Amino acid sequence: MGEVILKAKEIDKSFPGVHALKKVGFELRKGEVHALLGENGAGKSTLMKILTGIYTKDSGSIVYEGREVDFANPKDAQTAGISIVHQELNLINHLTVAQNIFIGREMMKGEFINDRLMNEEAAKLFKLLNIDIDPAETMGNLTVGKQQMCEIAKAISKDAKVIIFDEPTAALTDSEIEKLFIIIRDLKAKDMGIVYITHRMDEIKVITDRLTVMRDGEYVGTAYSNECTKQEIINMMVGRVIYEEPKQKSNVAKDAPVVLEVKNLNAGKMVKDVSFKLHKGEILGFAGLMGAGRTETVRAIFGADPLDSGEIFINNQKVSITKPIDAVQYGIGYLSEDRKRYGIILDKTISENTTMASLEKFTKGIFIDKKKEDKITQKYVDDLKTKTPGISAFVKNLSGGNQQKVVIAKWLVRNCDILIFDEPTKGIDVGAKSEIYHLMNELAASGKSIIMISSELPEILRMSDRIVVMSEGRITGELNIEDATQEGIMHAATIVNEG
Amino acid sequence: MEKLKNNPVVKTIGTQRLIALLALIVLFAFFCIASPSFRQYTTFVSIMDASYYIGFMAIGVCYAITTGGIDLSIGTVLVCSSLISGTLFVRDGVPLVLCLIICVLTGTLFGLCNGLMVSKLGLPPFVATLGVMLVSKGFGSIFTKAQSVSWPQVGQNGGWFRYIFKINYTDVAGNQYLVPTGFILLMIMAVIMSIVLNKTRTGRYILALGSNKEATRLSGVNVDKYQTIAYVFSGTFAGIAGLAYAAIYSTLLPGAGGGFEMDAIASVVIGGTSMAGGVATIAGTIIGVYIMAVLKTGLPFIGLMNYWQQLITGVVLVIAVFMDVYNKRPNKRVKAKKSISPDGLGKGKEA
Repeated sequence: MGEVILKAKEIDKSFPGVHALKKVGFELRKGEVHALLGENGAGKSTLMKILTGIYTKDSGSIVYEGREVDFANPKDAQTAGISIVHQELNLINHLTVAQNIFIGREMMKGEFINDRLMNEEAAKLFKLLNIDIDPAETMGNLTVGKQQMCEIAKAISKDAKVIIFDEPTAALTDSEIEKLFIIIRDLKAKDMGIVYITHRMDEIKVITDRLTVMRDGEYVGTAYSNECTKQEIINMMVGRVIYEEPKQKSNVAKDAPVVLEVKNLNAGKMVKDVSFKLHKGEILGFAGLMGAGRTETVRAIFGADPLDSGEIFINNQKVSITKPIDAVQYGIGYLSEDRKRYGIILDKTISENTTMASLEKFTKGIFIDKKKEDKITQKYVDDLKTKTPGISAFVKNLSGGNQQKVVIAKWLVRNCDILIFDEPTKGIDVGAKSEIYHLMNELAASGKSIIMISSELPEILRMSDRIVVMSEGRITGELNIEDATQEGIMHAATIVNEG
Repeated sequence: MEKLKNNPVVKTIGTQRLIALLALIVLFAFFCIASPSFRQYTTFVSIMDASYYIGFMAIGVCYAITTGGIDLSIGTVLVCSSLISGTLFVRDGVPLVLCLIICVLTGTLFGLCNGLMVSKLGLPPFVATLGVMLVSKGFGSIFTKAQSVSWPQVGQNGGWFRYIFKINYTDVAGNQYLVPTGFILLMIMAVIMSIVLNKTRTGRYILALGSNKEATRLSGVNVDKYQTIAYVFSGTFAGIAGLAYAAIYSTLLPGAGGGFEMDAIASVVIGGTSMAGGVATIAGTIIGVYIMAVLKTGLPFIGLMNYWQQLITGVVLVIAVFMDVYNKRPNKRVKAKKSISPDGLGKGKEA
């Protein structure tokens, strides 16, 4: 670790009604990977947006390379050498890799864009980073992992001295994460300062040197990553002890009836001959790597995507599900991994979202019974402890965890017996996570049956009564919670089928 | 501005609707002051006359826009419906009441075509309705064999239908009585469609799918059906607008109607309905309609030709929508000052 390259002192920032940052400090050295941790709403993003010129600070100072700076806009920060790789990639799918990397500062030959030169320069960059990507490839054809590498290349091509990674591994497969870590270590060796924002506890020790924790807009502390335990870090983040151990044994009665059975399901390229059973009151974990076909499987069961062949039985009755409406009629509710796109309607109110799947229950003649709608919404806001200023608040103004609760409420109002949770805690902070877990356990205890897809093994082990593992569109393992280990799941998840 | 925005009156009416309403009042007042002859009951009736066909089209197309789509065909569908039903009456002697129904149903049918093409075939609304725009324009001319159609005048057989939109009665003493009955009809329709939009499942689902179609579908809503219904409304109201147009104006020309849809769409947008879908207001739409009608009627009074109307409408439209966009901007940042420290980095790099 080298000298301090970036130091923020007593940064204060308020938005109307919110004191987002309260005299926060942060220090980054050359050649270190510095984790920035905290629950959602802790102020991490706001701080990073100030460091990169997206927001302006109210007071405090930023010293960069020994000089006090005040970036007026992102371009100023980039010119100075501070770049950010956003969680949501800002790429243009129809342009080539090289065109994306040099967008806004195209290399010219007279009046024309010199694509050949840009391709050459991009190739040099990739060589430097040891990445194998064709600069002339169309961006949309790349995997998310490779697209992210392009974002990194773009940041480096701007002569970055400080790179901020905002939850870079959220959408990556394990092998892509490994590659990313190699690149990050490489950047570190080149004496760059790296800020690493993450929600994944397990990554902290693997990749970071130091960590800074924020909570409710305040600076909590900085420590060396290898000197503190996971538990200590979590305690710093939430200010309370919440971590729980894996589930020891199944809570499902031996003779619990089968509520959902899927036989030889095939759908598209991602779902091959999938068969499994779900019992009443069971939480069935679906483990596997990204792209294993888990989401595709449940989408096919739910009727969101067409299925090619296979049979679905609900309470031992064979059913035909071709559209989401059919699935909903049979009492299946689906909570998508991409909440904002598929789960809720951001521009509508909590009550409108809550009754969206069962509006016919809330009509008087042809009119919507607003009173009844509001009453039931209020009941679920109270029951699920959704934090909101009111039931007519827009869902977009809620935090991730509370948005998830609105989606859960939507399916509970519909009285669904089978709930499919696809990555239920994705993008949800640690505190809200345990609330969602608690809620799922309560639902299962009350007789609801749950399918839970999760890419986080600790989550799978903590929640599931039984675990199904998928790899490349097939089920490659089924484990009872009593026998399940991280290693066992990973083994099944990496089985490659022939043919 | 901030204070004004939080005013309870402003909040309930909505900023953009309020701006539209103010624009309407200012425009009206301007014409009243600028031209003494504008301040007459007959002028008021003329404004009403101009508002009906735009108004019915606007109510309908508001639904199509709410889904996040657009309906470009309403103008030519209006003319086509009116031509077909008018020809059936004048040329073929079909009973008048039946012709009136056919006029509306022709619109419904075109709307259904639009809806099915958009929802079932997955065509972009712009393309589907552009196709129907051309088809309806051509079909109207073919059906009438390129002849213009004159619906019966008051006093002629069947001329009573004009009373639905305007009572124009001259008594024996020569006193003329003008009653804009169409206004009542327009208001009734506006209220009904506003209730449908805000208080029924149909409206709720149309608004929801306009915001996020996929999330609505995954909630178990038959989004294809409700998307189609929105276009059926749009077409049906174009058919009603066809009646209004026939009742107010004397002759219909085959091939006309192109451009009517833009007046209607502009009315909808001025009123505060979002082109992106999911947010809609019928009350605002009606305000927009009257801005258009006042402009259309008023400009000749101050010696400006009709094309001034287009110019001014364009300006009003852009300003109204800009105000809305400006107000909704999440982070209205005052342009940040340049680096304050004397050895600030920005400065250093420039040197």
